[in-house]
Amino acid sequence: MEKRVVFKNRWLPYLLVTPQIVITLVFFIWPAGQALKQSFFIEDAFGLRSEFVRFGNFIELFSDPLYLNSLKTTFIFSVSTSFLALSTGLLFAVMADRVIKGATIYKAALLWPYAVAPAVAGVLWLFLFSPANGILALTLKSLGYNWNHVLKGGQAMVLVVIAASWKQIAYNFLFFLAGLQMIPKSLIEAAAIDGARPAKRFWTIVFPLLSPTTFFLLVVNVVYAFFETFGIIHAVTQGGPYKATDILVYKVYSDGFIGLDLGGSAAQSVVLMAIVVTLTVIQFRYLERKVQY
Amino acid sequence: MVENRPFMTVLTHAMMFLAIIIVLFPIYIAFVASTHEASDVLMTVQGWFGSNLVENYTSVLQSGKSTTGGIPVGVMMWNSLIMALGIVFGKISISIISAYAIVYFRFRFRMVFFWIIFMTLMLPIEVRILPTYHVVASLGLLNTYTGLTLPLIASATATFLFRQFFLTVPDELTEAARVDGAGPIRFFFDILLPLSRTNIAALCVILFIYGWNQYLWPLLITTEKNMTTIVMGIQAMLYVPDAVNEWNITMATAILAMLPPVAVILVLQRQFVKGLIETEK
Repeated sequence: MEKRVVFKNRWLPYLLVTPQIVITLVFFIWPAGQALKQSFFIEDAFGLRSEFVRFGNFIELFSDPLYLNSLKTTFIFSVSTSFLALSTGLLFAVMADRVIKGATIYKAALLWPYAVAPAVAGVLWLFLFSPANGILALTLKSLGYNWNHVLKGGQAMVLVVIAASWKQIAYNFLFFLAGLQMIPKSLIEAAAIDGARPAKRFWTIVFPLLSPTTFFLLVVNVVYAFFETFGIIHAVTQGGPYKATDILVYKVYSDGFIGLDLGGSAAQSVVLMAIVVTLTVIQFRYLERKVQY
Repeated sequence: MVENRPFMTVLTHAMMFLAIIIVLFPIYIAFVASTHEASDVLMTVQGWFGSNLVENYTSVLQSGKSTTGGIPVGVMMWNSLIMALGIVFGKISISIISAYAIVYFRFRFRMVFFWIIFMTLMLPIEVRILPTYHVVASLGLLNTYTGLTLPLIASATATFLFRQFFLTVPDELTEAARVDGAGPIRFFFDILLPLSRTNIAALCVILFIYGWNQYLWPLLITTEKNMTTIVMGIQAMLYVPDAVNEWNITMATAILAMLPPVAVILVLQRQFVKGLIETEK
């Protein structure tokens, strides 16, 4: 879509785009280019010389058991987080959609965890599950289940998944609720007259009609689990215990920034970049994002 | 609701109640813990408020926690506030003018600029950590407010939002303005900017939360304690070697860290919902 009526000016448009373009080139494009370049080189310990190794860094990366473990961890983490956050968000939205009295209060009460930073959400849940004084950990202990996420990898994973999902429920709730309110009531009434019970109506009418929203949210949730949960991992588990929660974004940080492995970290960055590009393309090409509110 | 099913109505309210408990429970426990003495929450769970509310929060705000280098949380919050506001103003101003140029002018390389801006969508900070750090370091921006905000203010989403909105502004307005002798700058300030008010307000809310909640970026580029932002400052309080973990202080900091963005959402709920939905379109 283009404007018919435009202004004519020789230099003004360039002046107007300059700030954004300069910042983008300096802080986005140039560093990304550097990462791409470095991923094909190995630098010596003093950073004096670098050697072109073609795909050496990538081959090394994908034969590194730690990296493969990180891929698997990321997969488990993002699938569990997306599933938990989406299903809870949908459940709450379906319920809120049925409420007539007090709907706005419920909505306001469920909205605001969106504002809580992932790292802060992580800290809150860390406290609840703190083995010595956390209310949930002690409850589990009194039920005979020994909770100690500091030592047990599986439990650490459960903890970060819960914290990450808790923060994301608000977002999913809001979009699902909007999607539900768009479904024509006449369809549901017709099904009710034909004798379909609420559960049947949901699975045969509401859920299929909601699928564009669901698919959109799925992509958003996967992006969230991949990239925005760094704070949770860093604050709560530091990728541990024994790399049980070492997701890709945390690994690229710890290898590059703490381990100072330039080539390896750059190769990891490039892999992540490929993932973002794929997800962005999916988002823009295959998603009908005509959600109306 | 289609038909009257008393059981479903009860179930609905029960579920909504459960939802609110799930959402509020962690905050309630954290807030309760933050009102007790450190020794009271070290080995036991407290279910009701203690008497140290004022004391704990004053000490957190004024002196912080000795183990984090004694930086008062008040200072961290100030840093977070500057960073968040810097991102809000920076992002909105550079996005709105670049969107204006792209929509209202025809010039060489227009589409090139458009695609350069689009590419920022695909390059989140997580995928270019080290090289971006090197750029900022070589510009001498480590431990500065400029370093905290400037690299984060380029944004494709805000530019797209304004572009989308500008395209819906009727051409007749532009023509009328031109007939009346208004140039591009005058048109922008007198007509377009006032029309964009609701979009700007919505973006402000979303971007404030985005800026306040930044974690990885401040973690990378602030090495001096007094430049710490509150969201990353909490992390340092969690890992205390050889010392008693003062959960009451940590939880008070967590509460303070979420207070401003949550307040913004609750007060500006309408703008928030609009902003969230507009930026995702």
